[in-house]
Amino acid sequence: MFVSINWLKNYVDIDQISPEDLAERITKTGIEVDGLERFANKVNNVVVGYVEACEKHPNADKLNLCQVNVGEETLQIICGAPNIAKGQKVAVAKPGAVLPGNFKIKKAKLRGVESNGMICSLQELGVEEKFVPKEFANGIFVFPEDAETGTDVTELLNLDDIIIELDLTPNRSDALSMLGVAYEVAAILDVPIRLPHTNYHAAEEKTEDHVSVKVEASEQNPYYGAFLVKDVKVGTSPLWMRNYLMAAGIRPINNVVDITNYVLLEYGQPLHAFDYDKFGSTEVVVRMANEGETIVTLDDQERTLSSEHLVITNGKEPVALAGVMGGADTEVSDQTTSVLLEAAYFDGKTVRKASKEFDLRSEASTRFEKGVDPNRVRKAGEKACLLLEKYAGATVLAGISEFDQLEYSEKTVTIWTSTINARLGTDISNEEIADILRKLHFNFEQDDETFTVYAPTRRQDIVIFEDMLEEVARIYGYDNLPFTLPSGGSQAGGLTKQQELKRHVKRFLEGAGLSETVTYSLTTKDRATQLISPEVAKDLVSTVSLAMPMSEEHSTLRLSLLPEMLASVAYNLARKQSNVAYYELGSIFISKEEKVSQQPEEKLRLAGALTGEWLTHPWQQEKKSVDFFVVKGILEALFDSLSVKVNFVQEKVDGMHPGRTACLYIGDRAIGFAGQIHPQVQKEYDLKDTFVFDIDFDYILEVHENEPSFAGIPRYPSVTRDIALVVDETVQAGAIQATIAEAGGELVKDIQVFDVYQGEHLTEGKKSIAFSLFYQDPSRTLTDEEVEASYQAILAAVADQHQAELRG
Amino acid sequence: MKDQLQALEKEALQKVEDASSLKELQDVRVAYLGKKGPITEVLKGMGKLSKEERPVIGELANKVRGQVAEAIDSKKAGIEAAELEKQLAEETIDVTLPGRPIPTGGPHLLTSIVEEIEDLFIGMGFEVREGPEVETDYYNFEALNLPKDHPARDMQDTFYITDEILMRTHTSPVQARTMNMIKGERSVKMICPGKVYRRDTDDATHSHQFTQIEGLYVDKNVRMSDLKGVLDRFAKQMFGEDREIRLRPSFFPFTEPSVEMDISCKVCNGEGCSVCKRTGWIEILGAGMVHPRVLKMAGYDPEEYSGFAFGMGPDRIAMLKYGVDDIRHFYTNDIRFLKQYHQA
Repeated sequence: MFVSINWLKNYVDIDQISPEDLAERITKTGIEVDGLERFANKVNNVVVGYVEACEKHPNADKLNLCQVNVGEETLQIICGAPNIAKGQKVAVAKPGAVLPGNFKIKKAKLRGVESNGMICSLQELGVEEKFVPKEFANGIFVFPEDAETGTDVTELLNLDDIIIELDLTPNRSDALSMLGVAYEVAAILDVPIRLPHTNYHAAEEKTEDHVSVKVEASEQNPYYGAFLVKDVKVGTSPLWMRNYLMAAGIRPINNVVDITNYVLLEYGQPLHAFDYDKFGSTEVVVRMANEGETIVTLDDQERTLSSEHLVITNGKEPVALAGVMGGADTEVSDQTTSVLLEAAYFDGKTVRKASKEFDLRSEASTRFEKGVDPNRVRKAGEKACLLLEKYAGATVLAGISEFDQLEYSEKTVTIWTSTINARLGTDISNEEIADILRKLHFNFEQDDETFTVYAPTRRQDIVIFEDMLEEVARIYGYDNLPFTLPSGGSQAGGLTKQQELKRHVKRFLEGAGLSETVTYSLTTKDRATQLISPEVAKDLVSTVSLAMPMSEEHSTLRLSLLPEMLASVAYNLARKQSNVAYYELGSIFISKEEKVSQQPEEKLRLAGALTGEWLTHPWQQEKKSVDFFVVKGILEALFDSLSVKVNFVQEKVDGMHPGRTACLYIGDRAIGFAGQIHPQVQKEYDLKDTFVFDIDFDYILEVHENEPSFAGIPRYPSVTRDIALVVDETVQAGAIQATIAEAGGELVKDIQVFDVYQGEHLTEGKKSIAFSLFYQDPSRTLTDEEVEASYQAILAAVADQHQAELRG
Repeated sequence: MKDQLQALEKEALQKVEDASSLKELQDVRVAYLGKKGPITEVLKGMGKLSKEERPVIGELANKVRGQVAEAIDSKKAGIEAAELEKQLAEETIDVTLPGRPIPTGGPHLLTSIVEEIEDLFIGMGFEVREGPEVETDYYNFEALNLPKDHPARDMQDTFYITDEILMRTHTSPVQARTMNMIKGERSVKMICPGKVYRRDTDDATHSHQFTQIEGLYVDKNVRMSDLKGVLDRFAKQMFGEDREIRLRPSFFPFTEPSVEMDISCKVCNGEGCSVCKRTGWIEILGAGMVHPRVLKMAGYDPEEYSGFAFGMGPDRIAMLKYGVDDIRHFYTNDIRFLKQYHQA
């Protein structure tokens, strides 16, 4: 809502406060001021001039040579505007004037002829093009005849007005009118309010003899009032009205349209003017539209209606879509002489539905949607009649044809000083509360600390105690509330074990060299089905998509964190950032239904992607690219830190390198995978060799044992034995290790691979793997015999199970 | 014999003096003090001496032996020190060469902000609750006093999956779920951080996915001044002790009264600058007293219980605190951006 300060001054005295301070007070007390702007700028030396003579320039076809009386003198001015004519009153910038854009007006010669000033358009005076009435859009502005020659134009054109832009919250629709804003300002500044009168001179002839009103949908339209005005002369509206409309952001059209718009802004009540002669009958029938019925609206669009749309009809066909837009057939034109003026109350939900469906949000529909003030509907119609009488030469017929089942009464809300103070933490007195209610112009009855408040109908938002609590609090001033801390229970806050664990994992991975990413949960349909971990893919039925996505890019919920993460990696590679190590902890969304009817299951996944060089230390000749074992090492250390035992099993996963991928298991339970992205997929994503992991983090949280118990520090020495075995190259180290562990018995505390060799000195197809075995007994020193016995058992077992031979 | 010993001593000490390496010194030791050395020889010949001479010569021989041994030890220490020094000199490295790098990572800036805020409210007795990102219409809207067709639903453009299932537009449904779980039986003091989604076109200041932290405190006798006190503590800890806060009226369907909280602009100290659009204040969060309908729906008696709620956007806070000029930076994951915020 754009509020013109000059317009506002008609209702409340605000001269004692600067617009900046006023804006600040409004913001602090009730409605956020989004901006404070000058309508245009004050100009000096621009006055009303009377064009006494206007002839063609002797040396230029498109220029005119004008003699313009500016009061104390007559200036010769050359003007190029197409609409200049003798007898006009125009805006003249005299030499010395400075127009917006620091455009200085000087005496000049144009094609050999002297020109002593400039005749101005509104745009040249700083008015925004979109507000300039169409008739003046391509030329100079012409004043009404009664503008006094020599008068400064600043005030006449309202150029120095200041516009307060209000950012209204949905509850404060009362401020969608100048009167509503006036009440607000009156309450804030504690100044009286002046309400406009609406008394017009009614003719003898009666409205009811020419038009009847019938409402068949009283729930959607509890009030419909029809006024009839005759002898209307469509023309230009008064300058002050045009100024106010422009300041409020509305382009003036003609007096009839301008008047309905003016009243809409003043009262917050939308009106509609029908050309009575084109109405097609003498009866207004309001009803729900018939299924498939059509209407051509003012914007020349044919609209097909349904039974949920409320329409105004002439008894036969729709002439307006109630509260949203009128019909083209009954539109007021320059030839209109009789106007049927509608002042009605339409149900907000009904209007909202239609305006949304047809994408026809307007000043009118917005107000109906939020609920207009029942007590202003008829008044607004009367005000429009008064203005039509005054500024369109109209004769207003007596009486209103109306249908009225509207509820006019005020809601009562009871408040108690003690409860108010208990809720606010304040110490406000009964007197202060009474004073606040008086400032708000709310009627009330007081019995000691009990106030029965009659919430005015303009304030539809006030229904319950808390609404009044807010009114009292904001007028009392939030700045005046004390700062206290909650007195109730001293519960200890904190993170849950699982939340702490999440932080641990993040810090661990960050310490290990990974950077955390946050990627989008919504991805493309394609990406949503890529790189899904096997245990997720297993019971997956379909992806979950938005009903109406903004773009394909973010249309489907992810089933893996990896695709978007890989896109981020590619983004970095494209910017010459070739070493990237990422992790993310985030949700995937699994639906087990063909067609979604329930919330998908949300599973927390821990994923990562690494590419490029892991370590570069050139001068000591150290360089290590990311490979599978870098990723595995990080994960093993992480799992260790969480005391969970995870096995890596060579398996194939869609989208992954078939020979460089492992599935991860805790016991028999699959919990994800790690490995290299398939070269083909790498190519699709524009990646170099990239290694990833994706883990079911919910399960990790579930199995994680929290408190580690103290195991003691070993007091007896350990014995180390190394063993190098030659096996077929297809035999996996993990398998041999498992055999060693089993065969070695309890004394084998740790087994480490320290060498893997293939090539010279070995038969083709064979490889050698060397292990270090650590023997220890926490309670005693081991004997050579028992270590040897275990060692021999191991040798026998690996020979038996893996055809392993001791490397000679 | 006495002369012989004294001559030996002189000779030995000279050789010790002349020795220039540990090897030479060892040779001297063997030569003079060894079992076949001259001093031992002298001592062997002591049998031929008279009773009176024996102890005198014996003492002298031991003294000579002792002095030579001492000289050797002292010389040895000297040589060892010199050799060590030489070795250390040879071992000298160029400490200005670069160290062996270790891979470094770090948290996402949004995580840092969220955890900072979490810790701050944990310190005030709040617990942290989480909930689903795909919500039901009921918990996202209806339980929060936003029935279908409520005009305020326009304030939050929503990604629907079906008519009843949607991407949550705020983390408030976690509050509704938590209150529902507790069934009005005791107080609730919680914050809920998480991802939220709105139908917005991504640009410098809008993102269809962003982060939110909402807080809720419901108890007997919760006052609006408590809200002001808690928010003031939050603002001062988060943005600096010299920040002021102000509350001004606003509207949210789930609170009444509703307010927005501004903090005094850090750049201009409230004087008015381009950062705060000349107002001296920067909007940080929305808050209010929990609407009685929300309490009632969650099973609380609004006559007995009252509460406050607040909600803020870590994205916006991060942008303000660190001068990030485009919200999309948070989701693009440019490593150069991420690394800028890895320092503590």
